[in-house]
Amino acid sequence: MKYVDEFRDPELIVGASREIRRLADPGRHYRFMEVCGGHTHAIYRFGLKDLLPENVELIHGPGCPVCVLPMGRIDDGLFMAAQPDVIFAAFGDMMRVPGATGSPLEHKARGRDIRIVYSPADALKLARANPDRHVMFFAIGFETTAPSTALTLLRVRAEGIRNFSVFSNHVTIIPAIRAILDSPDMRLDAFIGPGHVSTVIGCRPYEWIARNERKPIVVSGFEPLDILQSIVMILRQMKDGRAEVENQYARVVPWEGNRAALKAIGEVFELRPYFEWRGLGFISQSALRIRDSFAAWDAEKHFLTPGVRVTDPKASQCGEVLKGVLKPADCKLFGNECTPEHPIGALMVSSEGSCAAYFNYEHRKSELVTVSV
Amino acid sequence: MCLAIPGQIIEILQERDNLALVDIVGVRRKIDVGLLSEEPAKPGDWVLIHVGFAMSRISEEDAREQMRLLKMMGEHAAAMEEITGYGLDDSVARGGP
Repeated sequence: MKYVDEFRDPELIVGASREIRRLADPGRHYRFMEVCGGHTHAIYRFGLKDLLPENVELIHGPGCPVCVLPMGRIDDGLFMAAQPDVIFAAFGDMMRVPGATGSPLEHKARGRDIRIVYSPADALKLARANPDRHVMFFAIGFETTAPSTALTLLRVRAEGIRNFSVFSNHVTIIPAIRAILDSPDMRLDAFIGPGHVSTVIGCRPYEWIARNERKPIVVSGFEPLDILQSIVMILRQMKDGRAEVENQYARVVPWEGNRAALKAIGEVFELRPYFEWRGLGFISQSALRIRDSFAAWDAEKHFLTPGVRVTDPKASQCGEVLKGVLKPADCKLFGNECTPEHPIGALMVSSEGSCAAYFNYEHRKSELVTVSV
Repeated sequence: MCLAIPGQIIEILQERDNLALVDIVGVRRKIDVGLLSEEPAKPGDWVLIHVGFAMSRISEEDAREQMRLLKMMGEHAAAMEEITGYGLDDSVARGGP
């Protein structure tokens, strides 16, 4: 209970932890997946595992957009960056993610014009400031960031800007959950639903999980108490024999989602027939591509993208870790060849990737203990 | 990218649609408020910002808790970098590689 002193309401935390112990049937093993990488980060950072009984296991889900992006898409983006007069703009999270020919940061060192932006609106600003260059924005993220890309493209069209394009790598969370549930080696009892994705899509898209799969799903906030309360809500459902969608994060997430954001996504994007996810393979209708009406700003059309397919390094087991079949430390490369300083897989790059989270909190903790002994 | 950063709307700007001046822990940035559904944004509203766009309204108390959470998660520095990075410095925008 290392971090309990820092918590806003330590007594509530301890109360929730006791309630979880009271509700969990000691005769069974529970496997709950937290879908969102932000939750994975919080669970490790706050040592929440120490507040759960042994038989309540948290499985880390696919909700880290950098982590699920197949390597070939990075190489496609870097191919675009190598074309004449191109500025490659991407979020900072992307910069150290390795492609087969190196990361964007390494390509920058080799002379490519690669810039970090913190908003798609700023990528557009780069295009306005550099009319003789072409700015390609490497768009990534779930439904949390897709509306911002969509709104930016609506603005680009309204302003008639020509030297700007978007390489869409936006993905959608529901098909990924479905793929995980369909996977034969996956056994899950319930889901901790993503918080910020749900501010956009609302809670209705999860109803099939409760209705058809008979599994509880509780949309959760990111504070330690939020996550523990969500686990309490799941265990209560299971005890009562219920399977429902519940919203623990109602202070931020409206049941119906954000209509303006959904409308912007629908105007600009359509579902791809299929898209490759790192570790999960091809999943049908799981990603967003730019509609034909915005083709003039679609980097995949503008650049005749090579469509590079790169298989992950053989020794790495990112796929198994992503699906929750393996724990990060069980991967052969974990902590040896693959570390946050020298990542081989994307799960080690992002602070929301389960390998980086595990390395930074669990692995370093055990190293410290070893050193002090 | 996945950080949700709390801020308070100071002023709705006239230079283009849906642009607002937002105070984020003392740093003022122009933020797009075009995705706040239902009622239009107004000065005094607290919002959660993702990649430069206000995505939802929250209470003042939740805004404070969100900032506290970012600190506790060791993401305060990343959040400050993102906040100060919004809008790009014009010299950065024009500079070469």
